[in-house]
Amino acid sequence: MMNTFQFDTALLLVALPEIFLLSSIVVILLVDLFLTKGFKQVTYYLTQFSLFITGLLAFNLIGHPETVIFSNSFVLDNMASVFKVFMMGATMVAMVYSRHYLTQHSLFRGEYFVLVLLSVLGMMVMVSGYSLLTLYLGLEILSLSLYTLIAIARERSGAIEAALKYFVLGAIASGLLLYGMSMIYGISGSLNISEISAFASDANLGSRETLIINFGLVFLVIGIAFKLGAVPFHMWVPDVYQGSPTSVTMFLSTVPKIAAVAMLVRILIDGLGAMHPYWSDLFMVLALLSIALGSVVALMQTNIKRMLAYSTISHVGFIMLGFVTGVVTGYGAATFYVLVYVFMSLAAFGIIILLNKKGFEADQISDYKGLSKHSPWFALMMLIVILSMAGVPPMLGFYSKFFILQQLVSAGFVTIAIIAVVFAVISAYYYLQIIKSMYFEDSEKEIVVSAPMDMKLILSINAILILVIGLFPDFWMKLALSLF
Amino acid sequence: MTFDQILFYVFSFWFIASSLAMIFSRNAAKAVLFLILSFFSAASIWILLEAEFLAITLILVYVGAVMVLFLFVIKMLNIDKSTLRAKFAGYLPLGLIVAAIIIAEMTLVLGGNQFGLDVVAAPARHAADYSNITVLAMQLYTTYVYPFELAAVLLLIAIIAAITLVHRNELNRKKQSISEQVNVQAKDRVRLVSINSPNKENK
Repeated sequence: MMNTFQFDTALLLVALPEIFLLSSIVVILLVDLFLTKGFKQVTYYLTQFSLFITGLLAFNLIGHPETVIFSNSFVLDNMASVFKVFMMGATMVAMVYSRHYLTQHSLFRGEYFVLVLLSVLGMMVMVSGYSLLTLYLGLEILSLSLYTLIAIARERSGAIEAALKYFVLGAIASGLLLYGMSMIYGISGSLNISEISAFASDANLGSRETLIINFGLVFLVIGIAFKLGAVPFHMWVPDVYQGSPTSVTMFLSTVPKIAAVAMLVRILIDGLGAMHPYWSDLFMVLALLSIALGSVVALMQTNIKRMLAYSTISHVGFIMLGFVTGVVTGYGAATFYVLVYVFMSLAAFGIIILLNKKGFEADQISDYKGLSKHSPWFALMMLIVILSMAGVPPMLGFYSKFFILQQLVSAGFVTIAIIAVVFAVISAYYYLQIIKSMYFEDSEKEIVVSAPMDMKLILSINAILILVIGLFPDFWMKLALSLF
Repeated sequence: MTFDQILFYVFSFWFIASSLAMIFSRNAAKAVLFLILSFFSAASIWILLEAEFLAITLILVYVGAVMVLFLFVIKMLNIDKSTLRAKFAGYLPLGLIVAAIIIAEMTLVLGGNQFGLDVVAAPARHAADYSNITVLAMQLYTTYVYPFELAAVLLLIAIIAAITLVHRNELNRKKQSISEQVNVQAKDRVRLVSINSPNKENK
């Protein structure tokens, strides 16, 4: 055993994005230490630069044949590369928006950027995780950085509460996930995804093995549902969204969802795909509950961040429905949905941040009264985003919902598709409420948009792309489908 | 019954007994001491399983470092026990029901039927020259080198997080400012205030 260890440095090249990102994190951490007050922006530019290069390196690896390195604990396939590129892009956009928020609320600190980069690293590990151990470690790297990011605005009311709530519930979720993993490990004798898959899809699997895999599976599904924020494991979502600084809310509601879906794909499809009949029932219940609760409870919200939290919950329901179908096209639809969701959510939170000023959070729906008069352009952008979230054609959000429903119907889940549509229509009401207050109500308060030019530009492009890609969604749908 | 088995039952008994005592102990410091005993018993069971290095690490790291830290924390924090216990009785029935269901389910799935000796063979004894620490090190730095590095990143995050959350700004730090100390003048230190004494005026 001791002499069989093979190590080829050339294989490390497939992990180049991760290696580069970790090295630049360490460099940024050190550089930030020596920067004087006036040069703190350097950290921001270095962060953007390293994200860009990491994205480029990941982009180069698209089309690379599937490679598994580090003794079966790291996989590079097209899904991993595409997800990594998207994560880098989304994080870069999120950082552009965050900078405005951080300077407005005097939170601009080097650690903020370092922690964001570290959480991105954790997500990359998750996306490429090919053993339960690395998936779990990636998740912990991600979560630990997020807990700190939420608590970074310690003076803010609710931030500590949000961080603590997220921490305690996240710890419970990790515990459940670990427990499920230990059951799977105990029965299959391996942490490796492909070996678990080989074990689970063995035709003469005894009832004892099936029983224990199912026992572990329940815990795995609960752990993943916790991380995704699906009902009934959603309790933390609204409080964390509301209590965190808006830039952190934006970050944690977007990019980590990609990583959570990647983890779901790795464990439940790559690993336990043979157990699909067992976990898809659980998913169906979770998905329908999420869509129903997310749509109905959001009607009562007056805080826009809370409202978006419930909207996230219902979006997560739709994503999970894609996995219920059990066909490759359904998984593709779910992937497409999560990427679209990230895109929309970035723009929605971007607009909230755009209106932020020192001492003004712009987090009440009533704060948007009369936006169309004071800033018609950004009211139009918000309109596009909101219509897309509600699923109105020809916005991108319509196609993502349509794609999921199409797959559901063709897989024979007609009733479920109808229920989902009904709740999607109900949810249109609270989206329209924002449009109503922007366009048909007036406020005596002046709304001043004080954001820097780069943010205005990126935000406009972000929102317009929702419309433009919505008109030509073919390429992206094909891309999402090609990942499975 | 072999000597090994007797040892196993003795250690297991103390393991379970001290864990229960830890949960039910009303005094936090005593709970920590019981936890130390349960760690010790767990370490002994690991030694029976020929995992000496892990056993020693458990004692050195958990008992030696973590638990001592716990004791310090408990002594320094003034925990109000009445608020902790306030809702205990209210939650007790529900908690007991949930616990009973979980135990029943777990024994059904994880009991002797599924993991008994007749289903899963007992681990074979290693040869006399078997070295636990060598095998562990070989595994850790070859097969598991990637997770090992990730764990290192996790520790880095823990350090950054702790410093970020605790160290706020210059104001909170008790730092010596030498230039201020050198440049200090008498008027900065002593302030003479003239007070009109009402008694004098009366005279």
